[in-house]
Amino acid sequence: MGTTLAICRRELRAYFTTPLAYVFIVIFVAMNGATAFFFGGLFDRGQADMTSLFSMLPWLYLFLIPAVAMRLWAEERKSGTLELLMTLPVSTTSAVFGKFLAAWVFSGIALSLTFPVWVTVNWLGNPDNGIILASYIGGLLMAGSYLAIGGFVSALTKNQVIAFVVGAAVIFLFMMSSLDLILAAFRGWAPVFLVEVIQSLSFLVHYDSIVRGVIDLRDLVFYFSIMGVFLFANVVVVDQKRGA
Amino acid sequence: MSDLLRVIGLTKKFGDFTAVDGIDFSVARGEVLGFLGPNGAGKTTAMRMVTGFLPPTGGTAIVDGFDVRTHPIEVKRKVGYLPEGAPLYDDMTPREFLTFVADVRNIDRSDRDKAIDSAADRINIQHVMHQPIGTLSKGYKRRVGIAQAILHNPDVLILDEPTDGLDPNQKHEVRKLINEMASDKVIVISTHILEEVDVVCSRAIVIANGRVVADGKPQELEARSSFHNAVSVRVSGVPDSLTDKLLALPMVEKVESSEIGDGQVSLTVFPRGPVNILETVSECLKELAVTVEQIHVERGKMDEVFRNITTSPKS
Repeated sequence: MGTTLAICRRELRAYFTTPLAYVFIVIFVAMNGATAFFFGGLFDRGQADMTSLFSMLPWLYLFLIPAVAMRLWAEERKSGTLELLMTLPVSTTSAVFGKFLAAWVFSGIALSLTFPVWVTVNWLGNPDNGIILASYIGGLLMAGSYLAIGGFVSALTKNQVIAFVVGAAVIFLFMMSSLDLILAAFRGWAPVFLVEVIQSLSFLVHYDSIVRGVIDLRDLVFYFSIMGVFLFANVVVVDQKRGA
Repeated sequence: MSDLLRVIGLTKKFGDFTAVDGIDFSVARGEVLGFLGPNGAGKTTAMRMVTGFLPPTGGTAIVDGFDVRTHPIEVKRKVGYLPEGAPLYDDMTPREFLTFVADVRNIDRSDRDKAIDSAADRINIQHVMHQPIGTLSKGYKRRVGIAQAILHNPDVLILDEPTDGLDPNQKHEVRKLINEMASDKVIVISTHILEEVDVVCSRAIVIANGRVVADGKPQELEARSSFHNAVSVRVSGVPDSLTDKLLALPMVEKVESSEIGDGQVSLTVFPRGPVNILETVSECLKELAVTVEQIHVERGKMDEVFRNITTSPKS
């Protein structure tokens, strides 16, 4: 546990000692504001809620989260520090978990900086703060699952650009899996239950119900399973890649 | 077994290529083992397996009773390791970096600063502790890497080319440090600077093509040289008959001579078999009334031995 936290602290510090953290946070908050006010029509809707912000969040995350995750392993592999890290008394599991945790905390910090929008809607009206809290939790869970996928992809390569592009593509497939775009490719030949499984893997479906204020156990299980599966795959890849 | 580090049949294959081919050796506390070999011989791969970074294809390494395949974490706790090229986190300062390593190694908070200061002190990096590692010179980076390896006062210290990129003064310091630490540890250093073997190592292993081709004290390796016990002289006022006279001596195998200007000649007299010919040669020179500018017995040339055993055709 101590080593996991030590790794998490180091990673978190690494975000903030490079411009990455500040660039990311500024762009994230600015784009959240912009999409919420302009595309989401925060004011035009005439309702005191944050739906406009949270409905755009999955799309912002689609390309911002892979940018957070891409360096996690690719950078260590490229600079050779992976050898340093993996010859310290650290299990692969705690290294993977420590890195993931740092990235998750970092994206949580960025998400929390959208609080001025929350202040604004509370100033202007009486929003249902329960729904807003649920939405923040949904946003965090989504960030966590995107990060687990992004971290896994990052462990596959030493090239951060590849880690970014492939990570975003995989996340996009998961997002779209409830739409005909993906399902049509399976309907022709796959059994119905498989199509339903694929459909149920969609981030958007599970996210939508949380954002409406309903935190269903099944949705929580879904997000934590995604994180669990990809973190496990991450451990396997880090171990395998060392062997080759 | 009192040997702190035992390597047994260690093998690594990358596809069809065998990088390390069943190497065996043991090192006891107090020994400084020089790991020699041409580039690509398998030194780094072997070190990576011993330190638990690469899983071996066959064989294993045992550190203080712990098998690296089954107890990698225990092995890593006991080992300090400087990887090849001393990779470091460039965005951290040495103090942040060493603090991180201390935390990961579970060094108590109360002892942490003391351990960091003492390591920094020994390797002379105190005045750069607050500069980002990325901005440091190659010599400093290497030393930060060494500081990281000795931070927890490990029983087994494995250094892959510790003096690479250091200037002569820094090399001297690192060698001094290795000698100071040697008494209660196992230290393994890889190098291709052969003079280093003489200065710091109590034993040397030469590997070529993934196999151990020589294992012994540096002096024993030097004794394999054709220059071993040869007498080198620098003389002036040489009569033509000198070479013939020397060759006529029963203990002399051959004589090489070369003009070095100013009427001086440099001669190397090789003995026939393992005998000391210094006295015989100097008497011969006295008889001929040659002025001797310099005379000494060669111990053997490490680079010649190295070349011979690493390039000899495989049986």
